[in-house]
Amino acid sequence: MSFINYSSREINCKIVYYGPGLCGKTTNLQFIFKRTNPNQKGKLISLATETERTLFFDFLPLALGDIKGFKVRFHLYTVPGQVFYAASRKLILKGVDGVVFVSDSQIERMEANIESLEDLKINLAEQGYDLDRLPFIIQHNKRDLPNVAPISEMNNILNTNGVPWFEAIATQGTGVFETLKNIGKQVLIELKKSY
Amino acid sequence: MINADLVMYEDEFEKIDGELKKLCQQANAKITFLVDKNGQLIASAGDTHDIDTTALASLTAGNIAATGGIARLLGEKEFSILFHEGEKDNIHISIIAQRVILVIIYDQRSSLGLVRLRVKKTSEILTGIFEDMIRKAEEEKDSGLNESPFAEISDEDIDNLFR
Repeated sequence: MSFINYSSREINCKIVYYGPGLCGKTTNLQFIFKRTNPNQKGKLISLATETERTLFFDFLPLALGDIKGFKVRFHLYTVPGQVFYAASRKLILKGVDGVVFVSDSQIERMEANIESLEDLKINLAEQGYDLDRLPFIIQHNKRDLPNVAPISEMNNILNTNGVPWFEAIATQGTGVFETLKNIGKQVLIELKKSY
Repeated sequence: MINADLVMYEDEFEKIDGELKKLCQQANAKITFLVDKNGQLIASAGDTHDIDTTALASLTAGNIAATGGIARLLGEKEFSILFHEGEKDNIHISIIAQRVILVIIYDQRSSLGLVRLRVKKTSEILTGIFEDMIRKAEEEKDSGLNESPFAEISDEDIDNLFR
């Protein structure tokens, strides 16, 4: 649910990074924050525990530029990945325009990926959204680790609908902006369709 | 209706902006602002120079969302008013027309009683404005006469944004 303000000539869109605990959602936002022009970004807000695990959400506002005289702003959010924060995760999906699912490529985390993806579908449905009809992409993260599942297997299991996907090493920034660009484009194309 | 895109035109913005300014003055507040429940800032008035209003908007919405979650657990529809007291500044948060959040930040120059009184009045007016706004947006969408600039967004425009 984007917010279009004709008075200040702004479009605001909400993108949520979803995924299992420790998959690298916050790392994605931190990298984007680090590498974005200061005049294009706001503060990176992290509501985290003392051990730097996301407690409620991270938030990063980005102003990328203009389209047809309208300032385009993306509000990036992450959810807390840990299973027991289910109630908080649900809240953050409210009003979402696009979802990035960050998967953890390590073989032992496959089950956590599957569980999180199911959780995403259920939570979206509760808010009246259908994942198949929402701008959605998958980022297979941590590709640099030694014990990763082959990318074909990751896609076979997690990407049954064949949505766009990217390989990433979020700690080094590989694939981070490619992911952001793709979801951003999809959100704007969706916005265009609805008018 | 709640899930519709929020579209705001010049005249509604001016009305809302005017109400916020009036409230800020009459309640003797430092800042008043209005946020969409999804965390997007709609309008603000008062001394906002030193404050990151974008972050404030997102956190306020998070706050309302969390409190709403608690309310539902307890079988309440929502907690329509939140109040936080600080050493110097206090913050009064209320939900309007079930979809926008009105926030007032004030210090010792005002009081909770005055703020609540003024908020009540402003809420009624803002509810009317938002109801009109939603109705208008729906009518325009149904009539198909909406001359939205977004219909003409080209792939090139989008590519340029991400260069």
